Amino acid sequence: MSMKQGKKPAAVSRRAVLKGAGALAGAAAGSGAITGFPAVWAQEEKVLRYLGTAVNQSDDITKKVKEETGITIQNIVATTDDVTKRVITQPNSFDILDTEYFSLKKLVPSGNIRALDAKKIKEFDNITPVFTKGQLPNGKVIGDQGTAPKKVMFLEGEHSTKFSKTPTEWVTLIPTTYNADTLGIRPDLIKRPIEHWSELLNPEFKGKAAILNIPSIGIMDAAMVVESTGKYKYPDKGNMTKAEIDMTIGVLTEAKKAGQFRAFWKDFNESVNLMAAGETVIQSMWSPAVTAVRTKGIPCVFQPLKEGYRSWASGFCMSKGVSAKQAEWVYEFVNWFLSGWAGAYLNRQGYYSAVLSTAKKYMEPYEWAYWMEGKPAEKDIHAPDGSLLEKAGATRDGGSYDDRMGNVACWNAVMDENDYMVRKWNEFIAA
Amino acid sequence: MTAKTAIDQTGAPGWLQALPFGLVFLFFFVLPLAFVVIVSFWDYNDYEMLPSFTTRSYVETFEGCLAELPNLCTILKTYVSTAKFCLIVWLATLLVGFTIAYFLAFHIKTVTTQMVLFLVCTIPFWTSNVIRMISWIPLLGRNGLVNLALEKAHIVNAPLEWLLYSPFSVTLAFVHLFTFFMVVPIFNSMMRIDRRLVEAAYDAGASGWQTLWNLIIPLCKPGVVIGSIFVVTIVMGDFVTFDVMGGEQIASAGKVVETRLNALQFPPAAANAVILLGVTLLIIVGLNRIVDVRKEL
Repeated sequence: MSMKQGKKPAAVSRRAVLKGAGALAGAAAGSGAITGFPAVWAQEEKVLRYLGTAVNQSDDITKKVKEETGITIQNIVATTDDVTKRVITQPNSFDILDTEYFSLKKLVPSGNIRALDAKKIKEFDNITPVFTKGQLPNGKVIGDQGTAPKKVMFLEGEHSTKFSKTPTEWVTLIPTTYNADTLGIRPDLIKRPIEHWSELLNPEFKGKAAILNIPSIGIMDAAMVVESTGKYKYPDKGNMTKAEIDMTIGVLTEAKKAGQFRAFWKDFNESVNLMAAGETVIQSMWSPAVTAVRTKGIPCVFQPLKEGYRSWASGFCMSKGVSAKQAEWVYEFVNWFLSGWAGAYLNRQGYYSAVLSTAKKYMEPYEWAYWMEGKPAEKDIHAPDGSLLEKAGATRDGGSYDDRMGNVACWNAVMDENDYMVRKWNEFIAA
Repeated sequence: MTAKTAIDQTGAPGWLQALPFGLVFLFFFVLPLAFVVIVSFWDYNDYEMLPSFTTRSYVETFEGCLAELPNLCTILKTYVSTAKFCLIVWLATLLVGFTIAYFLAFHIKTVTTQMVLFLVCTIPFWTSNVIRMISWIPLLGRNGLVNLALEKAHIVNAPLEWLLYSPFSVTLAFVHLFTFFMVVPIFNSMMRIDRRLVEAAYDAGASGWQTLWNLIIPLCKPGVVIGSIFVVTIVMGDFVTFDVMGGEQIASAGKVVETRLNALQFPPAAANAVILLGVTLLIIVGLNRIVDVRKEL
């Protein structure tokens, strides 16, 4: 019975997907009813359906928003791929969208999302220049290979589907969270310093390495490895030519055939389990996953590497389907989000907030010093839920904000040759 | 034989009775399937499907299949690998399933005990199949219970790596998950065997093996075929078990569809689904050639 129940919704949504994309009128509304979203509430109540990947969606934030603005947030949580799928096929099933900048190459041309007006965002001018100019607050220019936010942040007009090269009033995504990703390692099992991306494919770790099985991100990690070994230098790791894709997949395939990889992972928890169980000792990883391994009492380091970080960023926009009233609520919510409380909440999880100045006000000086300035913790560091993350005296892996974000080498991306790359990735899996 | 005459009967009442299920079938099976076939011939770009006729999805799926001969291209490699798993899992579930069914049907004398034991077989189905799969991981891992036990007993010096994230673990999970689908139809067939036939065989001097080979197995054929259809179709289309137990390193026909879907490439996903459906149907037709299930029921 459980199997049947598991399969039915899948069949329904697949049908909905086909219908929706076939542009059959009313399909979106119909499928909305089928998949059982909460019905629209009484008009007086401020309700926003918030579609995202759970990074910025927590009960704490939902409660705080309700308390301070009266807006009820209905969280719709999905994986990165499913969020994109949903925006394309069911744009009326959400009001506000929280997605990553690299998805914009797919989302914006679809016309299903609406840009936000920078003039209505109070803190817009205080958003870190990492987004608007591709540089640190201190002016240092950072890597912009791949879909760097500045490339896709602005549209030519409110209803335009073209990215503007220069800043305009119309913003595709108002940034919320971003971070710099690198390899996670088990220092207790490796027992020597790790300094380069090339270590991921070092035969020393045969059968104990893992990479991310999301093709567009996995191939960039592979590209970091290729550059690190000195085999090739990509003009743009986030936008490879077919020949470059062939070469990169070739390197991965060779490693796979030699038994380098223990497993691939796609899901946050899978990466935690692989590392915690000692199945892998070195792998692509996300910052909160490293934290999760550590809270189990197992040593795990988010290792800074000489070649730099692969960065990602996410932000808010709204569905093309929102009413004028809902649009105002969206602005109210986004303004609240940037006003500091949420930013501090995210900073305490190891992410970075878009407006640093407001988040700072909501953090204790010792917290700010640990998370943002890379200084040793004066007191024990606690997660937002109160659990102990680090004892006093510890320093953050990779150090300060400037050290980490300043060493970004590339950004998560969707390539022009995405279709070819996905086919090659299937070939790699089949090898 | 009575079933046959019922099917041949025509007339309004029969059609009316078949109508509700026919409609369900039409709306939830035939139409969606038609959409899948149509979409598989559409074009696409990064963010939308373009409703114009093209064979691009099929051509690209079979890319290099002629050029790379005698080596196998990606899609053929994937299908060969999937079919290999199918065959091994089928053999294992058949052997285990037949044995269990035989024990239940012929060695347990009272109907009550039979039913109790049969229900015991269903207990694992009280949890989801993903949970049942995942529960193997702490057992089979590098530092798992099996490896610890083997090392403590000095049977091995280093942990066995092939226990998890390997073809072995995938096969093991499949057999664990799907043997019951073999047990049920085979048990059903065995219960229908007239016990007097077994006695007659015994009286005629047949040995136990002869009775099994010449009497029971032939009479169990429909059950075996139905169980085989269950197992084969599930394994052919599966990607979750391959992912969880194979560490996402093992290709399967279902996985190709999933990767394409995740990349928002619906037409090639549809094309691969159509190919998978075709291959699975061929296998089922083949099985039906061996045994005419409808006649045997």
